Amino acid sequence: MAYPYTHEKEVRVLSRGWGDPRTRTLEGWKAMGGYTALPKALGMSRAEVIDEVKASGLRGRGGAGFPTGIKWSFMPGDKKGAHYLCCNADESEPGTFKDRELLRWTPHQLIEGCLIGAYAIQADHVFIYCRGEFFEATQVLSRAVEEAYEAGYIGKDILGSGHDIDITVFAGAGAYICGEETALMNSIEGRRGLPRVKPPFPAAVGLFGKPTTINNVETLSSIPHIVNNGGSWYRQWGSEKSPGTKLFCVSGHVRRPGNYELPLGFPLEELIYDVCGGFREGRSLKAVIPGGSSVPIMSAADCAGCLLDYEGVVERGSMLGCASVIIMDDSTNIVKQVRRMVDFYAHESCGQCTPCREGTQWLSRILVRIEHGRGTEEDLDTLLELGNQMTGTTICVLSDSAAAPVASSIQKFRDDYLALIRRGEKVGAA
Amino acid sequence: MSEFTPPQEMVTLTIDGQEVAVPPGTTILQAAESTGNRIPHYCYHPGLSAPAQCRLCLVEVEGAPKLQPSCVTQVRDGQVVHTASEKAKGMRQGVLEFYLANHPLDCPICDQSGECKLQDYVHAEGRKHGRSREPKRVFGRDDFGGDVLFYGDRCVMCTRCVRFMNEVAQDPRLTVVERGNRSVIDTFFEDGVEGSPYAGNIVDICPVGALVSKDFLHKARAWDLDHTPSVCPNCSQGCNIDLHVRDNRVQRLKPRANPDVNGHWMCDYGRNRFEWMNREDRLSFPLLREAGEARPAEWGTVLSGLLENLEEPRPIRAVASPFSSTEDLVALRRVVDALGGGDILFRSPEADEEIPLPGFPQLARRRDLSPNRRTAELLQMKRVGGADGRGGLEALADYTGTLIVLGDALTDQDADFGRQAALYLYLGSHPSPAATQADVVLPIPTFAEQEGTFINGQGRVQRFWPGLVGPAQARPAWMALGVVLSRLGLGELPGTAAEAFLAATGVLPELQGLRYETIGTRGAILNEPVLVAGS
Repeated sequence: MAYPYTHEKEVRVLSRGWGDPRTRTLEGWKAMGGYTALPKALGMSRAEVIDEVKASGLRGRGGAGFPTGIKWSFMPGDKKGAHYLCCNADESEPGTFKDRELLRWTPHQLIEGCLIGAYAIQADHVFIYCRGEFFEATQVLSRAVEEAYEAGYIGKDILGSGHDIDITVFAGAGAYICGEETALMNSIEGRRGLPRVKPPFPAAVGLFGKPTTINNVETLSSIPHIVNNGGSWYRQWGSEKSPGTKLFCVSGHVRRPGNYELPLGFPLEELIYDVCGGFREGRSLKAVIPGGSSVPIMSAADCAGCLLDYEGVVERGSMLGCASVIIMDDSTNIVKQVRRMVDFYAHESCGQCTPCREGTQWLSRILVRIEHGRGTEEDLDTLLELGNQMTGTTICVLSDSAAAPVASSIQKFRDDYLALIRRGEKVGAA
Repeated sequence: MSEFTPPQEMVTLTIDGQEVAVPPGTTILQAAESTGNRIPHYCYHPGLSAPAQCRLCLVEVEGAPKLQPSCVTQVRDGQVVHTASEKAKGMRQGVLEFYLANHPLDCPICDQSGECKLQDYVHAEGRKHGRSREPKRVFGRDDFGGDVLFYGDRCVMCTRCVRFMNEVAQDPRLTVVERGNRSVIDTFFEDGVEGSPYAGNIVDICPVGALVSKDFLHKARAWDLDHTPSVCPNCSQGCNIDLHVRDNRVQRLKPRANPDVNGHWMCDYGRNRFEWMNREDRLSFPLLREAGEARPAEWGTVLSGLLENLEEPRPIRAVASPFSSTEDLVALRRVVDALGGGDILFRSPEADEEIPLPGFPQLARRRDLSPNRRTAELLQMKRVGGADGRGGLEALADYTGTLIVLGDALTDQDADFGRQAALYLYLGSHPSPAATQADVVLPIPTFAEQEGTFINGQGRVQRFWPGLVGPAQARPAWMALGVVLSRLGLGELPGTAAEAFLAATGVLPELQGLRYETIGTRGAILNEPVLVAGS
């Protein structure tokens, strides 16, 4: 039970078994009360399952925060051909590492969630798309899937219910863009991982051209608990619009970084100073990226009194995303930090859309120049305008994600940029 | 009559303040195009799928939160679209600037310059000065095999070439490798598109100078080329083409869109066979054979001598060419019939197999490699010889009557051909040893130097126009033979190709009802003779 860093303020629903190797096995998971939600769900009608999830208010944990029950209800009610459920385990956003732990420690929790989800949307087949680099996690999950097949939880006529549901674990090849839901489907189909133009939306034309729903690992892992305990039980945590618990992946300049499962609406400052133990000696807060690299950066002032739920973070000019909190103290070179994130997007852009293909690289090159003291003030205007042209003009939102930290950091940390520019000017003059 | 089609409900929308009614399912881009409003685009091509990735065709649709890609967004009733609003124009300017961030700007040495969409769009709407100060990414050149050369730095990543090979040629030899800013078009194997029979089309559809033709490389600037609508003479498909001409030489052939014949495409077999149109060894004067020697002579002298000679009744035979125009062949048929009637033979080369274009199956490089065999057959001419277009003229070796040869270069015959003929009239474009014995040689222009029609294998009459200027003394065969016919009292001498065609409609019932002027650049279906029961 030695999972690194736990805290008494945590509410461990999903992460309850983390650190205990027994949770990886079918027997161990059953001993913890697993596989009780599945028979219960199979005893309910599909609409009842969806209603329960709607009642819980569970919102997609992959970043967009779309209500899961409503997403499920988009699937056609009268089934004409195959339906698919995809589980997005291509967790690759810088700063995010919660799904990996869910896969490594509680694979059966996810499998159970997948089966309930598949039942609810009448899917015959579930594809769990694992990030290519998740070697250990994929192995653990694959072993668990085999076990569940042997025990009759997956496959033909599961638990004697007459329903056939298969699960395939699919390993990606290491492209961040394959975490975009339509690129993920292309990747499973054996094509280049390029996002598709929407509409049509996956619920109408998805994987192999069939109605498909894509859910995040954390979302599906929450499902068994909601089915077991009811939607209102889930609402005991969090707020009206953002109920439930959430895994916060904390990284950066704090004493105890790690995964913490906390109720939504948890105060950011309490997370930093209490749960994570605050900063190193003599250091103080400079900036926080609250939801993974693709959301706008927050200054120390923005953080004061910020509540970590979907609405609370939006109020402070950023987004909760997948709750990957990157904390930076006053030793941070913001420009370098932003440049590294833009580099990531430049490297991971699929290259379809022009604004993203050319823009990410261009942003990165300007930032490198500024970082090395060869920037000008006009570069800042160029950066902002390029960012503007990259926002809302492409098929997927990777381009927007690359532009967000640039624009927000120039807005909030302009002095950091100017300091580097002026330092360069001085060196040039001398 | 075509089947009855119920009137289609139309969708009405407003594009830039102009109301447009189009059938449902039309995209905004197509609807705008129907009013002459061409929305800039790269990745969209009417003959291919639309990936909506170049992001240049984004337009403002009232009510939509973001700009919409007009190439895939379907029209809706009451939609209000702005293609030239501040927002749409600003976005286009932005996207164009992105395109130029890594573009080498080597227009002065680029073959596409002058017909380049990047050039056009940037000149029209781009920023005056680019803001990029960064070093440019360099890919360099790559030989894609066949006639195709790839300049990676000019590429705008529209992927039209990849999609053409995948969807239309269905011979997937190209792909995008790498991702992001490093992505580039590449071949799977060393030989690239070598041997792929329709690969030349990727050069045509490339909107910039990334894919260029090796044959055309640095031959001519686009603005120096005259474009003349024509018909490919290399098989009976009759692909619609443009002759691109500079300095009275055909520099290249390009397909001309015709959805009923060749779509947007043509095959490499046809595309690469144009050098003969530029041959300089030509028959430039009428030749009259006197005392065993052919001497240049005036048309008037030659024709009056010829007419005199023809007054003597003799059996007559002729050799025609399925590469001649319909007007020429009809004139020959009429002359032969007027002089007592006789066999007209023709030779016609054939390939071993058809080469269809899988993604556009009505287009194929046909087995029949001549453009107008259909007319020869309609005129009851007899096909002789082999699939190589040679042989079959043995019966003419000792022929003693009147012999007319039209258009066939008789490359398989020697200088003794026609020695026994009482009168040997040769109408051709190029000198031939087999014309040595001819009593009269009349120079005629090639199809590229005159107006006329071909009837393709599907029975489609198609017009071609003169792109080259022929030898000053060359006259169309229908005109020369028309003199003979008018002297025989068979109609007035036709002065234009239109009049020659009109005369042809009187001979070929299949042409009845067709008017030269209305055939236009798209061609017209032959009017099949109506069969009356019992007749």
